[in-house]
Amino acid sequence: MNRERVASMIRKEFVQMRRDPATLRLMLAVPLVQLMIFGYAIRTDVRNLPTVVFDQSRSQESREFVQRLTATGNFVLRGEAHSYDEARLAVDRGRARAALVFPEDYARNLKRGRTAAVQVLVDASDPTASQSAIAAAQLLGQRLNVERLQQQTGVDLADRLPVDVRVRPLYNPALRSSVFIVPGIIGMILSNILIIVTALSIVREREMGTLEQLIVTPLARSEIMLGKIVPYILVGYVQMTTVLIVGHLAFNVPVRGPLLALYGATFLFIVASLGLGLFVSTLGRTQAQVTQTAFLFLLPNVLLSGFMFPREAMPPAARALGALLPLTFYLQIVRGIVLKGVGLRELWPQVLALAGFAAAFFSFSTQRFHKTLE
Amino acid sequence: MNEQAVVVEARALGKRFGAVAAVDGVSFEIRAGEIFGMLGPNGSGKTTAIRMLCGLLTPGAGSASVAGADVAREPELVKSRIGYMSQSFGLYRDLTVDENLEFYAGVYGLGEAKAARIAWAKGAMRLAELGPRLAGVLSGGQKQRLALACSMMHAPQVLFLDEPTAGVDPAARRLFWTIIRERAAEGVTMIVTTHYMDEAERFDRLVFLSRGHVMAIGTPAEVRHQFGDNMTLEDVFVSLQEADA
Repeated sequence: MNRERVASMIRKEFVQMRRDPATLRLMLAVPLVQLMIFGYAIRTDVRNLPTVVFDQSRSQESREFVQRLTATGNFVLRGEAHSYDEARLAVDRGRARAALVFPEDYARNLKRGRTAAVQVLVDASDPTASQSAIAAAQLLGQRLNVERLQQQTGVDLADRLPVDVRVRPLYNPALRSSVFIVPGIIGMILSNILIIVTALSIVREREMGTLEQLIVTPLARSEIMLGKIVPYILVGYVQMTTVLIVGHLAFNVPVRGPLLALYGATFLFIVASLGLGLFVSTLGRTQAQVTQTAFLFLLPNVLLSGFMFPREAMPPAARALGALLPLTFYLQIVRGIVLKGVGLRELWPQVLALAGFAAAFFSFSTQRFHKTLE
Repeated sequence: MNEQAVVVEARALGKRFGAVAAVDGVSFEIRAGEIFGMLGPNGSGKTTAIRMLCGLLTPGAGSASVAGADVAREPELVKSRIGYMSQSFGLYRDLTVDENLEFYAGVYGLGEAKAARIAWAKGAMRLAELGPRLAGVLSGGQKQRLALACSMMHAPQVLFLDEPTAGVDPAARRLFWTIIRERAAEGVTMIVTTHYMDEAERFDRLVFLSRGHVMAIGTPAEVRHQFGDNMTLEDVFVSLQEADA
């Protein structure tokens, strides 16, 4: 390694970056746009299901039930239905996602100490969207039961319950999905943008004939590659820092763990991604081919890494495939540090995996890169 | 001329790609300050021979030394002593003339000597006024001279020119050859491939390759003579190409 040669490469890359404002904007704007889309638009915690009520009981009791159900935040009243069919139709047509049906004898049964039925129809065609609404309705039922029994017996049942399950949601007690998604975006953006941009920057040199010129100079191949990746390591850090800051300000995403560990692990992840980009650059001869090839890696990154969908729910083959992606491990690191506040003591297996990826991808790609130059 | 030292020597150089012998038993010597042409139809082995002489490709048979270094054993030393200017010019179009020159000066590790050498190159290659212009907006002839300046940044002893005048207008070609002869007079050895036989007529010596073999070697007059007294170099080239087909 010759310092002057590598420094010239790096300086050249920065000048080229500055001369190409479109790519520069892409690299800086895409993280923000994705942050907004994923942070605001994508919600897996569905709240406020529009709800219609068919109340045949027309009683204080039924109104109280509706009021307490909407108070959970999972249901919002969208009007009244005048028949069961009308309620059902509202859900069928999508005007409402839930319907409450009180029979005529609802209040009467309650007063006489008999079991009073209430039906909650929930549109469960999207399972994740309906889950929390279903749980909220069931929970409300249990609460009402305890309260009613207490009134009837005059005994403070709260102390007498045989089993008291107390769930304490850790790390994200308000269960906001943006808190979970935003740190993941860091990993998504770093890998996707870095793979494409490095692959393109190498293929561009090949297309222009400058790569051919570089290899007849004393520049070693490792020096060419180092010159290519150092500027993008910096770009990666700028992107990551942007998402962290904006995520904190706009979405209240906390940063609980050691930042230094995060930046250190990110280095390994960036190098692994650049190695992948280099590999992709050897799979095509034109910029168009390489862009296409890059998408081969981008889709699994979104779908199989655990970025959007929990890996625990995947069939073994998909999980195994996901375990070949550096992003899978990086997501565990970034979420661990940012959300759980843990550090390298807990995350060393993932860090080790990333180091393995970085070394393997990089040496493999370098070899392939050398071959394509001959 | 013959008292000058031998700078490039190929000894029974050969390279096979699978069953095809791209270069087979090619030998020649080139002396300091010579302008030496390598001619032949496409596929004749010129490019493979040049890649071996540049230290990019390991010879399959025979040996070669360039500027005092063995191409097989010391390819890095070879690279530091030669320059290479390709047909596509290998310039960064999004860098200015000055930035291209500075980049190559750094790549060749010129250190302290950088500024002086860049100033020399801009004068010698007639680029003086062009410093802040982007390489991409230069004329063909200007690009060609900038590529030449970049490839000579480190004062190489041997310069390879691969079809250096393709797509350049006649006035720029004339200026280019004037500059090349000036550099040759300073002792730089030039190895040139070209498809323009009028240019080849003015080389000091040349070699004709066909199917990896040397068909003729010598001064332009000697080569013409080998093929018949009233042949031009162009006639020689065409007859070789037809024999190939």
